[in-house]
Amino acid sequence: MRRIISVLMENEPGALSRIVGLFSQRGFNVDSLCVAPTDDASLSRLTIVSHGDDKVIEQITKQVNKLVDVLRVTDLTEGQHVERELMLIKVATRTEQARAEVKRNVDIFRGQVVDVHANNYTIQLTGASDKLDAFSSTIAQYTDIIESSRTGVCGLARGEKALRP
Amino acid sequence: MEMMSGAAMVVRALKDAGVEHVFGYPGGAVLDIYDALFAQDDVKHVLVRHEQAAAHMADGYARSTGKTGTVLVTSGPGATNTLTGIATAYMDSIPMVILSGQVPSMHIGEDAFQETDMVGCSRPIVKHSFLVKRAEDIPTAIAKAYYIANSGRPGPVVVDLPKDIVNIQESHPYHYPEHIHMRSYNPTVKGHGKQIRKAVALLAKAKRPVLYVGGGAIASGADGLVTELAEMLNAPVTCTLMGLGAFSGVHPQFVGMLGMHGTLEANKTMHNADCILALGARFDDRVTNNVEKFCPHATIVHVDIDPASISKTVNAHVPVVGSVDTVVTQVIEHLRNEDLSRQQELLADWWKQIEQWRGRQCLSYQKDSEQIKPQQVIEALYKHTNGDAFVSSDVGQHQMFAALYYPFAKPRRWINSGGLGTMGFGLPAAMGVQFAHPDATSVVVTGDGSIQMNIQELSTCLQYDLPIKVISLNNRALGMVRQWQDMIYKGRHSHSYMDSMPDFVKLAEAYGHVGIKVEHPDQLDEAMKRCFEHKDRLVFMDIAIDQNEHVYPMQIKYGAMDDMRLSKTERT
Ligand SMILES: Cc1ncc(C[n+]2csc(CCOP(=O)(O)OP(=O)(O)O)c2C)c(N)n1
Repeated sequence: MRRIISVLMENEPGALSRIVGLFSQRGFNVDSLCVAPTDDASLSRLTIVSHGDDKVIEQITKQVNKLVDVLRVTDLTEGQHVERELMLIKVATRTEQARAEVKRNVDIFRGQVVDVHANNYTIQLTGASDKLDAFSSTIAQYTDIIESSRTGVCGLARGEKALRP
Repeated sequence: MEMMSGAAMVVRALKDAGVEHVFGYPGGAVLDIYDALFAQDDVKHVLVRHEQAAAHMADGYARSTGKTGTVLVTSGPGATNTLTGIATAYMDSIPMVILSGQVPSMHIGEDAFQETDMVGCSRPIVKHSFLVKRAEDIPTAIAKAYYIANSGRPGPVVVDLPKDIVNIQESHPYHYPEHIHMRSYNPTVKGHGKQIRKAVALLAKAKRPVLYVGGGAIASGADGLVTELAEMLNAPVTCTLMGLGAFSGVHPQFVGMLGMHGTLEANKTMHNADCILALGARFDDRVTNNVEKFCPHATIVHVDIDPASISKTVNAHVPVVGSVDTVVTQVIEHLRNEDLSRQQELLADWWKQIEQWRGRQCLSYQKDSEQIKPQQVIEALYKHTNGDAFVSSDVGQHQMFAALYYPFAKPRRWINSGGLGTMGFGLPAAMGVQFAHPDATSVVVTGDGSIQMNIQELSTCLQYDLPIKVISLNNRALGMVRQWQDMIYKGRHSHSYMDSMPDFVKLAEAYGHVGIKVEHPDQLDEAMKRCFEHKDRLVFMDIAIDQNEHVYPMQIKYGAMDDMRLSKTERT
């Protein structure tokens, strides 16, 4: 099952490599990983999307929690949560028709064209991962995808629940 | 505030952390620190012959005392040489701090001379690590390292020190923190009340209980409490390879070590139990055998300070996170409210059953052989040390014979590499023990293969007058490998024999020690006596044993815990 694990840790050099190392060392899956400092610059928030059965996910949260730099770990998928991912995608727009289709789909998916070139558009799209997947496969029916880059998922629990030090 | 160089800070912080011995080896990146060591007497430095051995010495020191062992090495090869020792300590949760030199900060990342990313190399085998960036941070980094290494689930911590920050030419203010607080690190020590009550309810009504005791009981100093609890419950007790001595090996309730080479009665007791109380043990694959078939009748209460150890391989019905000493104290307090007066009667059938298993005498062996049997050597060792020596071990058949035939009445007497199984561990570990306990008898039980993995340390033994007794069970082979080849590979002994063995007696003598060769069973007792008469000398006993002896009992692969071979021909 797909899980979103959110980690609050010290914003120290080496902390990230410990988490990443732990995943490879113990054979845990990483589908995506997103990390940046929080509003408190001494802390870093990291979101990992992984998959595995309950036993594996329990081990992941426990092993991550065990790292000395880690303050809190939670599995966001256990409760109500908001998740978002951002994608930048560059598509070919050599023909009038391709340009029109791209534009139409960008509107439907509520994306934005953030760069325009004679032969391509760069589009920015935010949403849950499956929305980004849907956009990519839709657009591929009309034109060529030149390249794309995704941030990986970041998320927060809904309501009162929060990951604080 | 006192001003001093980074190098002086390192040494001073070690002193402030209570360090008495440092096991190390100098080199370019740590010359400033060595210079600071030269100027003082508080911290004693032991010069080893190989950095791997320094780590094992610090490890033996730590295992035999509970204090944190300390290692000091230079960058690059000095640091990488310690990795096997660090991994050994990590697998067995041994507190250790490794100070490694590093190339100057401005050269990090340039592939400078003797540069290796020590923090990176050691990452999967340490509890934590620090790359110190400023001299002012040295005292805090060292204080934190000792705090982390020896709290919670203990383990090794690396402190990497770039050469420029320990420069003896510069001065910085020294401040050693009185108290360490880390918001990200707060191990749970006390068991949750609700879990304790559940555990107590199960234990009080169990008809076939067993205490399964591991290294965590020793790490938390819970041996006395474990004994009290076992006696209250009248329950049988088994110890893991790491837990030997946490409950006396000569106590009538002790059923022996469990697991791959455990006793029949220990594995049978586990397999048939209705309630298992695991205390600081981790259901390792060398214990459980096939987890699918593991102890089908048992409700499992698992006490461990590391939540990640609970339900990792075998699911615990009642998980209790906490240190063994605190949790057992809590359990005992609650049990006082239960009526345990009928425990003897209630468990009478259980004990009757256990006695039957004991009756099979799974540790019996042929005593009238023409050749020396390894079991016989360990029994002689027990006799000549009154069962009260510190016994370090290497890895192989001899290790299992020592674990099975030398019952340990006290904790921290049995020093072996359980989790990693590191050949070459024994001799340096016994040296660390001897430094910590200068007047005690420190013995190493080893094999002709293992001893050659760190034999150079015989030279260190001479330098520091360590009167260690090396009991080498010489079977002219990598015995444990050979045993598996006999059992699984139809006796094809692929590269498991040693074709040109050194003359160990001459070798010992060349290093300035006493060597004794023993070849016949009738010489054994007298030779052992002579060995221990040399109070102030290292004695190397080269004992020729039967090459074809196997370690039994032995679990049958993929089977349940109690599916065992009892000899070359008998199975359970
Ligand atoms: C460093 C290392 N390399 C290889 C092994 C695999 N191994 C386990 S036991 C063993 C044989 C040990 O031989 P010896 O020390 O002579 O002891 P014996 O089994 O004969 O008592 C080997 C090679 C190991 N445990 N450690």
